[in-house]
Amino acid sequence: MVEHEGIRRYVAHLILWIGIAIVAFPVYVAFVASTQDNALIANGQMSLLPGGHFLETYYKTIFVGTSGSTREPVGTMLFNSFVMAMLVALGKIAISIISAYAIVYFRFPFRMPIFWIIFITLMLPVEVRIYPTYKIVADLHLLDSYAGLSLPLIASATATLLFRQFFMTIPEELLEASRIDGAGPFRFFWDTLLPLSRTNMAALFVILFILGWNQYLWPLLITTRDDMQTIQIGIRKMITTTDALTEWPVVMATAVLAMLPPVFVVVVMQKLFVRGLVETEK
Amino acid sequence: MLYSLLAIRYSLQRVPPMANVALRNVRKTYPGGVVAIKGIGLEVDDGQFCVLVGPSGCGKSTLLRMVAGLETITGGEIDIGGRIVNQIEPADRDIAMVFQNYALYPHMSVYNNMAYGLRNRGMPKGEIDTRVQEAARILEIGSMLDRKPRQLSGGQRQRVAMGRAIVRQPKVFLFDEPLSNLDAKLRIAMRVEIRKLQRRLKTTSIYVTHDQLEAMTLADILVVMNGGEVEQIGNPLDIYQKPATTFVASFIGAPPMNLMRLSDSGIQLDTAAAEGAGILGIRPEDLLMSNDATPAGGLVLDLNVEAIERVGAETYIYGVRAEQGETPAVSAKPGELPPGEILVRIPGQGGPAIGERIRAIARREKLHLFAADGRKRINP
Repeated sequence: MVEHEGIRRYVAHLILWIGIAIVAFPVYVAFVASTQDNALIANGQMSLLPGGHFLETYYKTIFVGTSGSTREPVGTMLFNSFVMAMLVALGKIAISIISAYAIVYFRFPFRMPIFWIIFITLMLPVEVRIYPTYKIVADLHLLDSYAGLSLPLIASATATLLFRQFFMTIPEELLEASRIDGAGPFRFFWDTLLPLSRTNMAALFVILFILGWNQYLWPLLITTRDDMQTIQIGIRKMITTTDALTEWPVVMATAVLAMLPPVFVVVVMQKLFVRGLVETEK
Repeated sequence: MLYSLLAIRYSLQRVPPMANVALRNVRKTYPGGVVAIKGIGLEVDDGQFCVLVGPSGCGKSTLLRMVAGLETITGGEIDIGGRIVNQIEPADRDIAMVFQNYALYPHMSVYNNMAYGLRNRGMPKGEIDTRVQEAARILEIGSMLDRKPRQLSGGQRQRVAMGRAIVRQPKVFLFDEPLSNLDAKLRIAMRVEIRKLQRRLKTTSIYVTHDQLEAMTLADILVVMNGGEVEQIGNPLDIYQKPATTFVASFIGAPPMNLMRLSDSGIQLDTAAAEGAGILGIRPEDLLMSNDATPAGGLVLDLNVEAIERVGAETYIYGVRAEQGETPAVSAKPGELPPGEILVRIPGQGGPAIGERIRAIARREKLHLFAADGRKRINP
């Protein structure tokens, strides 16, 4: 790090603080709004200081939901989102590490064509293949289920490629030493490859968890029952009300709550995440 | 009771397993048609230390990996301890290998690195522990058993890699350039240690290196390879004294042997002994600086001194033949001298100055004569 002196350092810090303010202000407003009275917000008289309705609003948000009769409490939505994000992240890691293992370490017919087919699916995200995917999931009677929410998102070319690249940096002698040490393909995978991939898996988990958490289009299509809603859909539905005032404090509280799990995952996994991105443990 | 049974079993297994290694017309052709090994036959007796040496790309590592079972064998047979192992998995060949980059498991402690292969074989815990502790004691790495490989220095990693091989108590040790990642001093120390260890364990060993000094000092049997073929097999000193080809002559020995083409060098030798000879070789240390008349049947070279290297114990004099000018070079790749240069090696720090003219003579029996293509030795 270069040490700047005097005024230059203050300027640098000032710029950083301005950046932080730009990013943090909307979050702060959301939090403030979630603690105020709805009537004040509706009048456009929202104060920029936290109000006195914190406990009340958050209790209502998590356990009761908005006053509209069909709305679910946000607790359920949080749970649904969490299950979906976990299934997507863990499923993607499991599937892609196994397929990368097959592609890198096994000689089988059409190995390279299969690799290229996986590679090409990079160009086909869920949005592009949404109709056939929906049809398949519907035919399998997976609508309104966790399987339906997560399975179609699990196959991942990106993660497969990432693991492939990582496996290719592992010296071949390690595999040969394992073979001489009497470790078969399964043992090599379990005893050597998995422990070495730990930091990569952690980095990938953070990215994939947030990806799964932020899914919008797919849950919107696949879930019709209110108790299967994810939180991203829930927020959207809360805002649109036909015959009543939008309950902005509840909406904002939901938004704040929706932020917490990804933040939590990043904070907890940060050390592994950074190591996974910058360092290959060899 | 149980313990004593284990102890008996352990002591029984301590008897080194008898193992000779035989390669019979072993060939390796890659799918693309490239021939890496062109039919090699080789016998290593029980307890012997065999060194495969050659320039990079000569197939020595490939051959070793074929013995290990890491490369398939396209032709011929490999026999370890009386058993043809062509179709046998590496783990079941009863071999242990030390890799050039050590190939330690980075996530396992030193102890687990050594114990891993034994665990995979389902050996009882107590016996694994005994063996690992014993190997750690021999290699003096007992205090590092809990460390990870990345916390070790190069030399220590090298020891762990050796330990991993020792605990297996295999029939054959295979070494694939194990010292080439170490610095020069450590390399010499480890070289001596490997030799002592092998003498002590009396385990048949095959060792691959491109360093001719390592090869000379370690080998019971030295195998000089070039282009997928064996150039010469034998005792290291025999090979040094009587190289079978110009390749061996220039590869073994540092600095390398001086090689001159007889036809255009104007050197006269008595015709009877030199019949069929096309190339003359003379080791730098066999050239003596002298003003004497020609020794009978010997060689006299008048040299203009072009460069001098003094390394303390000895001095290397690079000269160009005075009356001849440029002597045509003999094509022998490794360690080849620039065309026309003759290297004289004299003990001590004296010697001529640059630009001086000197006379170097060699006795008749110190001359090496080869056929014109360099593939055959003429004099006995």
